[in-house]
Amino acid sequence: MADVLLRDIRKRYGSTEVIHGVSLELKHREFIVFVGPSGCGKTTLLRMIAGLETISGGELLIGGRLSNDTPPGERGIAMVFQNYALYPHMTAAENMAFGLRNIGTPRDEIANRVSAAAKTLQIEHLLDRRATEMSGGQRQRVAIGRAIVRRPQVFLFDEPLSNLDAALRVQMRVELVQLHQRLEATSIYVTHDQVEAMTMADRIVVFREGRIEQVGTPLEIYRSPANTFVAGFIGAPKMNLLKSQVVSASPGQVVVSVPGGSAEVAANGSALAAGAAVTLGVRPEHLRPTSGEGAFQGKVSALERLGRETLLYVAGADGSTLIATDAGDSPTRIGDTVKLAMDPGSARLFGSDGAALSPAMGTA
Amino acid sequence: MTASRHPEPAQPRSGMARLRDAFAGYAFLAPFLAFYAIFLLYPFGLGVWMSLHDWEIVGNYREYLGWANYQELWEDTYFWEVLRNTLKFTVITAPAATVLGLALALALNRPLRAYGALRATFFASNIFAVTVVTLIWTMVLNPDNGLVSHGLRTLGVEPIAFLTEPGWAMAALVVTTLWWTSGFPMSLFLAGLQQIPPEIYEAARLDNASRWTVLWRITLPSLKRTLLLVVVLQTVGQFQLFGQPLLMTRGGPSNSTRPLVQWIYEIGFRDWRSGYASAVAMVLFCMMFFVALLQLRVARQEE
Repeated sequence: MADVLLRDIRKRYGSTEVIHGVSLELKHREFIVFVGPSGCGKTTLLRMIAGLETISGGELLIGGRLSNDTPPGERGIAMVFQNYALYPHMTAAENMAFGLRNIGTPRDEIANRVSAAAKTLQIEHLLDRRATEMSGGQRQRVAIGRAIVRRPQVFLFDEPLSNLDAALRVQMRVELVQLHQRLEATSIYVTHDQVEAMTMADRIVVFREGRIEQVGTPLEIYRSPANTFVAGFIGAPKMNLLKSQVVSASPGQVVVSVPGGSAEVAANGSALAAGAAVTLGVRPEHLRPTSGEGAFQGKVSALERLGRETLLYVAGADGSTLIATDAGDSPTRIGDTVKLAMDPGSARLFGSDGAALSPAMGTA
Repeated sequence: MTASRHPEPAQPRSGMARLRDAFAGYAFLAPFLAFYAIFLLYPFGLGVWMSLHDWEIVGNYREYLGWANYQELWEDTYFWEVLRNTLKFTVITAPAATVLGLALALALNRPLRAYGALRATFFASNIFAVTVVTLIWTMVLNPDNGLVSHGLRTLGVEPIAFLTEPGWAMAALVVTTLWWTSGFPMSLFLAGLQQIPPEIYEAARLDNASRWTVLWRITLPSLKRTLLLVVVLQTVGQFQLFGQPLLMTRGGPSNSTRPLVQWIYEIGFRDWRSGYASAVAMVLFCMMFFVALLQLRVARQEE
């Protein structure tokens, strides 16, 4: 069993604290994705789990064992680096064997593990090539192979796909998930790419400025963001966030003012008074042009035709812009005035502090 | 035909324009070429020519001798002695300076400011003129009141006249040279070390590599090119030993520290036998040329 437990983990550089007490439980064989903007501390936390950064406070347990001061090589982990970090003067096979040799694994065993990993990753033809003679994608496979042969309890991935081209990234994404399902290990994957987070994770951990903003399955996070930060960060195009005011509130429904009208939202409004400032969050796919009654009205300022659907950028009278979705063959043109209808059940309300008012599931 | 989306192939340029480009190119090269021709090619050619002559340095006496100077050299026992001194010095100093430079670089390759100051200190001796260095070391090694003899006396050992004892003079020159020149290989190795991506050291930590393994399997292989460069520069540089023995031992005692360059200088400017001196210089050139070729060959094999 390789549960990973973080208890109030902190990281300080001098007097500056960059990780402010992170607590998290990762279950055996789970695929966890750390996501957040640059500088949010996700990579630092991963490096602390790896043992490449010291832990300033709190406890790290890997497989039930306190590992704060355990050397990186003895933590039962393997890491895949963003820049692959292959030993440039060694062949792929030597790269993969290096760690096993250092712990005195018998030669036959090393050869078996290397060839098994090479077969899994389809890199058998690269085994005698040096790192400098391989493409980015090939290097990435060798780097993953180097991690696999160690049979770690926990795999750590530090933005491993960010140096690959778009097509290869999509392919490797699928392969990594399949690989994870085959291996008896827990995976922690750091990325700033929310598409990777959504597509790969069993659970996503959203970070901001050294704190966890939300932990949940991809759908929980997508549907019920815990606050406006998560709402804006996960999902492309972004969730529309509109400053608005409460018109009337009841335990089952809140009516808020919007440019050009009002909107009903299914939310618990028992703590809200009329006139309270709130933020209305609605995903573009829940906002559609209508010929009937619409909550919003505005002028189309831009169109993005994606084939399957069309994104409408609708400018309201107050200067705010909303993104709405229409059919792929939408007849709408730039400059048209459109009314937008909102699905009340799928909209979210956030209080003046940014925290979700709607019954947001799965918040930490 | 519909309009092509590909860019039009470049029009062949007119002969005049090409000529103008060529002229501009050579004009940019001219200062270097002039310098190279006047200060390298011409003296080298003249040296080869002189080595085939009995050539008076002052005056007009020139007599063509063919290979006679080289033949005389081959039979000159003094030449072999001086050559042996030079090789001995190089074989000791070049590897020692390389290892010392590498050790200093490994020890001082840390981001702290104190290490920066130490790096500057170790490099500083490199910028002194040979006169200053030899003056310092002549004083340090002075048997009457030098730093070393003072230390030896404290230990109860009789002071040694390092510069006049046949068994010690060469060692004294080696130590002086190492003190003087090890800063340069250190800086080259530091540059090489800083080229190694830090992630591979992190990967090595995750791979359970000991410090020793990291040095032998990661750091040194990554420094292979720098190592080759340093060894060649050191070898070629130490072949040209001159100032230290001239100023510290005058080639003595009993000719045990006289190197090729000092001998060339003495034949040419004391005995006024420029032709013979040139022949010795050509031998030295061939030795250095061979080392440089070896480097090129090894470097090419690496690729």
